[in-house]
Amino acid sequence: MSQQGSPRVVVIGNGMVGYKFCEKLIAKSTSFNITVFGEEPRAAYDRVHLSEYFNGKSAEDLTMASENWYRENGIDLYLGNAVLEIDRASKTIHSRKGLKLAYDYLVLATGSSAFVPDIPGVEKDGVFVYRTIEDLELIQGYATTAKTGAVLGGGLLGLEAAKALIDLGLEETHVVEFAPRLMPRQIDSAASNMLQAKLEGLGLKLHMQKATSRISGEDKIEALEFADETSLEVDMLVISAGIRPRDELAKLAGLETGTRGGIVVNSKMQTSDESIFAIGECALYDGMIYGLVAPGYEMAEVVATYLCAGERAFTGYDMSTKLKLIGVDVASFGDPFVTEPDSRSIVFEDTHKGVYKRINISNDGKYLLGGVLIGDADAYNMLLQTVNNKIVLPPNPEDLVLGARGGEAAVGAGVSSLPDDALICSCESVTKGDICGAVNTLDVTTVDGMKKCNKAGTGCGGCVPMVKDLINDTLKENGMYIKNNVCEHFDFSRQELFDLLKLNNIKTYDEALDVFGKGDGCEACKPTVASILASLWNDVIVKQQTIQDSNDRYLANIQKGGTYSVVPRIPGGEITPDKLIVIGQVAKKYNLYTKITGGQRIDLFGAHLSDLPDIWEELIDAGFESGHAYGKALRTVKSCVGSTWCRFGLHDSVSFAIEVEERYRGIRAPHKIKGGVSGCVRECAEAQSKDFGIIATEKGWNLYVAGNGGSKPQHAQLLATDIDKETVVKYLDRFLMFYIKTADSLTRTATWLNKMEGGMTYLKNVIINDSLGINEQLEAEMQTLINNYSCEWKEVVQNPELRKRFSHFVNAPKEKDPSVQFDTMREQVKAKEW
Amino acid sequence: MEVQVLEAVEWIYVCKTEDVPQDGGACVKVNEEQIALYNFARRGEWYATQNLCPHKQQMVLSRGMIGSTGDTCEPKVACPFHKKTFSLLSGECLSGDDYQIKTYPVKVIGDKVYIGIEQS
Ligand code: SRM
Ligand SMILES: Cc1cc2nc3c(=O)[nH]c(=O)nc-3n(C[C@H](O)[C@H](O)[C@H](O)COP(=O)(O)OP(=O)(O)OC[C@H]3O[C@@H](n4cnc5c(N)ncnc54)[C@H](O)[C@@H]3O)c2cc1C
Ligand code: SF4
Ligand code: FES
Repeated sequence: MSQQGSPRVVVIGNGMVGYKFCEKLIAKSTSFNITVFGEEPRAAYDRVHLSEYFNGKSAEDLTMASENWYRENGIDLYLGNAVLEIDRASKTIHSRKGLKLAYDYLVLATGSSAFVPDIPGVEKDGVFVYRTIEDLELIQGYATTAKTGAVLGGGLLGLEAAKALIDLGLEETHVVEFAPRLMPRQIDSAASNMLQAKLEGLGLKLHMQKATSRISGEDKIEALEFADETSLEVDMLVISAGIRPRDELAKLAGLETGTRGGIVVNSKMQTSDESIFAIGECALYDGMIYGLVAPGYEMAEVVATYLCAGERAFTGYDMSTKLKLIGVDVASFGDPFVTEPDSRSIVFEDTHKGVYKRINISNDGKYLLGGVLIGDADAYNMLLQTVNNKIVLPPNPEDLVLGARGGEAAVGAGVSSLPDDALICSCESVTKGDICGAVNTLDVTTVDGMKKCNKAGTGCGGCVPMVKDLINDTLKENGMYIKNNVCEHFDFSRQELFDLLKLNNIKTYDEALDVFGKGDGCEACKPTVASILASLWNDVIVKQQTIQDSNDRYLANIQKGGTYSVVPRIPGGEITPDKLIVIGQVAKKYNLYTKITGGQRIDLFGAHLSDLPDIWEELIDAGFESGHAYGKALRTVKSCVGSTWCRFGLHDSVSFAIEVEERYRGIRAPHKIKGGVSGCVRECAEAQSKDFGIIATEKGWNLYVAGNGGSKPQHAQLLATDIDKETVVKYLDRFLMFYIKTADSLTRTATWLNKMEGGMTYLKNVIINDSLGINEQLEAEMQTLINNYSCEWKEVVQNPELRKRFSHFVNAPKEKDPSVQFDTMREQVKAKEW
Repeated sequence: MEVQVLEAVEWIYVCKTEDVPQDGGACVKVNEEQIALYNFARRGEWYATQNLCPHKQQMVLSRGMIGSTGDTCEPKVACPFHKKTFSLLSGECLSGDDYQIKTYPVKVIGDKVYIGIEQS
C-alpha cells in the first residue's frame, strides 16, 4: 500500500529488468512508494523466450507478473505511458499522457532497441525488427503472404529470428552477415564453420561477407542489393544487426552517456546524478553493455540492496551462454578465445556428427579457462562451474571433451565437488549453498519446490538438471533413500507398486489406495495405477473409467476444441480397398477430417463425444478394431512391402509385422510401444527407430530393441542376429514384459535402457541367457495378457450402460457441445484455433 | 450430504446420482450454462464448477480426473488438456497460474442432484 512520507522510487521501463527490480525491492522492504512507467502496452514479459510466441505461447503465458500482482503489492503501474522528460533540478518526471510526478530515487530500466543501420529503403513494407510482442505480431501477419525471407545479421538474435521465419512456414530463409562468419563475438572460427555447416544442412541459406547497400522494391521490399553488385530477392526482411541502448531520455536530462550509447554507471549502478540509477541493457558499466538478463538481474539486486542501505557492488558479469539455435547446441563459457602462449587448447572435432568442442586450459594444466561447444553442449553446466570455481582439473583433461573412455563420467566428481558458493542459477543468483540449505532446513525435495522457495531455475531454465542433481545428492548425503515416488499419495516407485499390486492380487484403484496409499489420489497416480492394473490383468479399462487419463477414459484422443480422433488398427499398414472405402464413408457421414498418420494408418479427427460409439460400431461391423492410439500401449508395427513384391526382399516382412502387431495389440505398458519389420537391410520400415525392430537377413532375422523417434531420437541396439521367427517372438515376449514390469511411468524403452545399470550387456544376459531366472515367468505373464485381449471399443458399443457415458450433457444426452466449432481448410474441417 | 442453507440460491434439479460416474465428473446444462458436476464417491461429497477451463477456454473440466492434494486433502480437478489443477472448494488454480474458476453448491436428496444457482 502506498504510504505517506515514505521515499518514492520511480522506475522508468517495465521490461524484464525493471520488473525484477520491483520484485527484489518489495521483498526487501515495504517502506517505499513505487511507481512504474512502461512504454509498451502490456506489463513486463519474458523477452528471452519471445520466440515461443510463434510456438503457441500467448502474450499472457509470457507475462512475468499480472497487473494484479503490481496492484496487490502497492505498486502504481502506468502502461503505454512513456516518460518524456526528467527534470533533475525539481526531481520530477513528465510522462507522455501528461503525468507529472516527483521522485526521491529514479531507476532507468529503459533497455535497448534493435539497431537499424542506415540503409536506403529500410522504411519499406515488409522490413521488421525483432524485439517486442508487437514486432512478432507484425511479422506473423506479413509472413502469411511471403514465400522467402531474410535476416540481416548472423549473431545470436539473428539466428533466432531465422528460426522463427522457418517456423512460420517460409519456403526459403536466408541469413545475411557482414562479417566473414557467424557469431564472431561468442565463438571461435572453427566453431563458426561447424555451426554454419550444420545450419546449412538444416536448409538455412547463409551469405557471409555481404554488405547490404540498398533495399529495393516499390512500396514493399522486393530484394536486397549488396555492395559487390549481387542481389537477393526476398519478400520480407528482419533486421537483427545488434542493439542500441535506449539512453535518449538520460541524454536529454544531461546525464553522462557513452560515445557509442549507454548510460554511464558506477559499481552501485548510479549515474552521474546520485539519485538516478540505470540498470539492464541501457546501463554502460566499465565501457560495456550487458545484453543478457542475468547481469541485468544482478544490477537490479545491487540497486535494491543499496536503497535498503545494504552493501553490494556490480563488478562485471560472466557472459557465458548456452543456447539451442535451430536445434543445434551452441555454448561458450569463460574465455573462449584465449590461445597460446597464454594457454593450451584441446579440440575435438567430428565433422560427420557436426560436433566441435574446444577447451582452453592453463599452461600448468591445472585450471580450465574457457571453451566452446557446438553440436553437443551437455557438459556445459559442469564446465562452466569448473571455470568459475577454479576447480583443479583431473589428470586427463581431454576426458572433459571426449567423455571418459572407460565407463565412468569424467568431470571431477560431479556436483558434489563444487564449493558452496558456486553460482548454480545465474539468472536468480542462487548458489549451491542456497539449494542444499533449502533441502536441509526447509525440506525442499523437488525442483518445483525449489523454484517456489528461491526461484532457482525459473529464469532461462538452463540450470534445472543441476538443481535436480543437487537436491538428490543432498538427500542422499542425509541418508535419505531417493525414490521416484509415483506422487504424494503413494510412497512407492512404479516398479514397487507393480510388485505390490501383483503380490496382493489387487484389481481396483480404490483397493490400491486403501491398502498402499493415502488421501484421495490425483491425476498422476490414477493413470499410473490404471496402467499397472492393465499390464497385470489386461481387464477392460473402461470398467474403471475415471482413473484413466482423458484419452483412455474415452478410448480416443482429445483434440483442440474438445472433439476426439479415431484411429482404427491397420496391422502392418496393410488394408483392403473395401476397408478403405468404409473409412471414407464413415468420415463423410460424421464430417471427420482424415489424414494418413506417421504410423502407416488413417486418423479420423473431429468426432463429437456422443458420436464415438456410433462411429466405432460402423467400423467394427466392417472388421476394424481399436488402434489404441490413445493408450500407453502397442501402437503400430510398421512394415515395408518385403519379399512378396520387392525385388530385394529376403522374407515376408508384412506378414511378420501383422503377426507381431496382433500378438501385442492392446497390451498396456509404462509408455507407448512401437515396432517395425523390414524385409532387408535397406530398412524401409525404419525399424531401428522403434522400441523393437526386426530386419530380415539371409539366414533369418536380426532383432533390435530400445530405439526411439520423438524429441530425443536414438537408434535401437542389436539384441540378437540371424534368429528364426519363433526365437524373435520369444525374445520379444521377454523383452516387453521385462520392460512393462520394471520401467518408471512414462518412460520409453530407450530411456529405460539408458538408465539400466549394465546397459545392453545386462539386458542381453537377462533376455538371452536368463541370468535372472525369470524368463519362463515373463513368457507366461505375456501369454496371459495376450489371452485376455478384447477390443475395448466393442465392449462399449455392446454395453448400453457404458455407451451412456459418451454424451456431453448427462441431462441432455442428444445435444452436442455447442461450443465446438470448426474451420475449413482444403475442403475438410479443421479445429478452431484456441 | 448436509443441506446447506444459502440465501438467494435457486436449487435446480440436474440429474440422477447414477448419471455421474463414481469419483469422476459429468457435464450438465443449466439454463444456457455448462456446469461440471463431480461425484467424489470416495469421500461421499459432490462438487460443481464451471465446465470451461480458463487456460485455453475449453469446455472439458467435467472430463478431468479428480483427486486431492496436501495435508488438508484439498479436493481438486485436473484439466485433461494440460493438467492444470483447480480446487473444487475455492476454484483457485493450484498449479501456480492466476486462474480462478466458478464453483457452485450441490445438494443431493435421495437419488436426485441439485445445483445451487445464485439469484441476481
Ligand atoms: C497422429 C500422429 C501424427 C500424424 O498425423 O502422423 C501422432 C499424433 C500424436 N502424437 Fe505422435 N503421432 C504419430 C506418430 C508419431 C511417430 C512416428 C511413428 O510412430 O512412426 C513418432 C516418433 C516415433 C516414436 O514414438 O518413437 C511420434 C512421437 C510422439 C511423441 C514422442 C515420444 C518420445 O518418446 O519422445 C509424443 C509425446 C508423448 O508420447 O509423450 C507423441 C504424441 C502424440 C500426440 C498424442 C500428442 C497429444 O498429446 O495429443 C498426438 C495425438 C494426436 C491424436 O490425437 O491423434 N508422439 N508420433 C501419428 C500417429 C501414428 C499412429 O498411427 O498411431
Ligand atoms: C528475441 C530475443 C531473444 C533473447 N534471448 C536471450 C537469451 O537467450 N538470454 C539472455 O540472457 N538474454 C536474451 N535476450 C536479451 C534480454 O531479453 C534482455 O537482456 C532483457 O530483456 C533486458 O531487460 P531490460 O529490462 O534491460 O530491457 P527491456 O526488456 O528491453 O525493457 C525495457 C523496457 O523499457 C521501456 N522503455 C524504454 N524507454 C522508456 C521510457 N522513456 N518510458 C517508459 N518505458 C520505456 C521499453 O519499451 C521496454 O519495455 C533476448 C532478447 C531478444 C529480443
Ligand atoms: S502430431 Fe506429433 S509432432 Fe505433430 S504436433 Fe502433434 S505431437 Fe507434435
Ligand atoms: S485447456 Fe485446461 S489446462 Fe490447458
